[in-house]
Amino acid sequence: MIEQKVVNPEFLFFTAEKKKLFMTGSEAVREAIRKANVDVAISYPITPQSESMHLVGDLFAEGYVKEYFRGENEFAVMSSVAGAAMAGVRVFTATGGPGTLRAFEVFPTWAGARLPIVCAFMTRGVNSPLTIQPDTIEMAYLLETGILMLHAETAQDLHDMILKAFIVAEKTDVHVPVGVFADGFFVTHTKEALEIPEPDIKLPSYDPNNSPVPPMDMESVPVRQMRDPFVMKSNFISYAAHASWQQEVDAARERSRKYLEKYLGGLLETENEDADVLLVTSGTAVCQSREAMAAARAQGLSVGLVKLKCIRPFPAQEIKALAAKAKAIIVPEFNRVGWLAKEIKSVIDEPGKVIGAPRVYGGMTMPPELILDEIRRVSR
Amino acid sequence: MNEMSYKVLPGPEGFLPPAAASMGIELPEVGEALVEGGVVSAQQGLEKIVEKLISAKNPVFFPGPLILWNWKDGVAEKAAALKELAEAVGAKIIPMPDYRPKYPMINPAIEVNPNHPNLTIWHNKIDVCVFIGVHCHYANVALKIIRGGTSCYTIAFCGEVGHEDAMISLRGAGLSELKKLTELVKKRKGEVKGD
Repeated sequence: MIEQKVVNPEFLFFTAEKKKLFMTGSEAVREAIRKANVDVAISYPITPQSESMHLVGDLFAEGYVKEYFRGENEFAVMSSVAGAAMAGVRVFTATGGPGTLRAFEVFPTWAGARLPIVCAFMTRGVNSPLTIQPDTIEMAYLLETGILMLHAETAQDLHDMILKAFIVAEKTDVHVPVGVFADGFFVTHTKEALEIPEPDIKLPSYDPNNSPVPPMDMESVPVRQMRDPFVMKSNFISYAAHASWQQEVDAARERSRKYLEKYLGGLLETENEDADVLLVTSGTAVCQSREAMAAARAQGLSVGLVKLKCIRPFPAQEIKALAAKAKAIIVPEFNRVGWLAKEIKSVIDEPGKVIGAPRVYGGMTMPPELILDEIRRVSR
Repeated sequence: MNEMSYKVLPGPEGFLPPAAASMGIELPEVGEALVEGGVVSAQQGLEKIVEKLISAKNPVFFPGPLILWNWKDGVAEKAAALKELAEAVGAKIIPMPDYRPKYPMINPAIEVNPNHPNLTIWHNKIDVCVFIGVHCHYANVALKIIRGGTSCYTIAFCGEVGHEDAMISLRGAGLSELKKLTELVKKRKGEVKGD
């Protein structure tokens, strides 16, 4: 293990000298966690995530992570990281697809207990017959769990977002979990050139004294709440406490906006934002959209691109403002249900303006030509 | 209600008032305070607190675990300063010693609980309350319930980044702010007597 110096997060993110390395998304996770000063990492294998937590295990063997073990399943892993976070340490885990759904009950309890856990989700299809192929449908299920949701386009995004996620999650006024999503295989198993800081620096450790909730003990919530809870009481006082509690979790997500603006440079990025047709999407669908935009512009069509980096909180006002100038919004997605198109339609009050297409799923790739077809159709 | 026009005012606001953060109210930056949802300077925030405290019929401080328990250096000094401030104001102190839901119910005459703070406010007819040393999550849960069901004016004295759901909120507030408040209260009370 290389001796590491603690630096302030802004230095690590923006100022530190960076080295160019060629690696997979899974290896990018390893390099982020190497510098994240993580206390506890708990793993359970599931394709396409397995390699990333395996590599985090290697970091434990080298001394970069203080504690690491394998849980008996995803529900156990997510419950165990909750326990570690309640005790006041920085924790990391990762899962994907069916693993996400197997652990599902725990995600809203992370948010409700104000736990600043960072979890990487390497997205994968969830259906029968069983698939291991890439698909972003699990993000639809996680939208209202209270966690913040960042969506990486590339391995570089994945590396950077994981590191930044710890700092945003641990702000006193935020202090909710962050899910960093990457499209399985497309990001995790392909190699790209990354620019990353040297491994001799790391983030400051987590300080639980600034938490908006006290650390766990048997006389204070959430643990006390779980064994003698107001959830069991049927009266208005109990309902009001629950309602206010849930509102506070939503409020915490709202408060994260200013930190995400600062660290991610905005909840979205644009290219040619004044164009007549905007491609609005997230994850690796941004890559294909960028290709389609370039092809369309070469043919003289007015096309721009909006890359959503953050899904929760949702950049509703930003999208509304961009959409006001555009004639059509095309939303390419890697899932069957079109959850992103639904999100965008919910903030744009103009029937017919948002086109929820093209969609591919079940592991299919998305040829840019499919997007180009939509562009041509709406440009006629 | 339009998000831009939302004000954090004494209630009762209704069955289920929204979180102020969800209505566009943002926390103050360093050197600033929040008054009824609007950003003012920290000094203006202090002065507004003094005004509310000395004009209240029954002001009460709600100290939480972060100031009630001597858990780190400096807390005992803050607690002593709080006691001095309460004496200067002529305010009662009703503690929030922990956050446990208690059944069949708390004794509202002697304590306040974040899950039903309205009971203590109603029982004691409190018209201005000050949260201090309460973990931020529980303060926010309680402040919304108070705004929903009572007409009590809420003040949050926060050592972290503040509270949108209080009518007045300081951020990064510590011993020096408590002492400054005490001086301001004594000065204003002297002026009132002098008048």
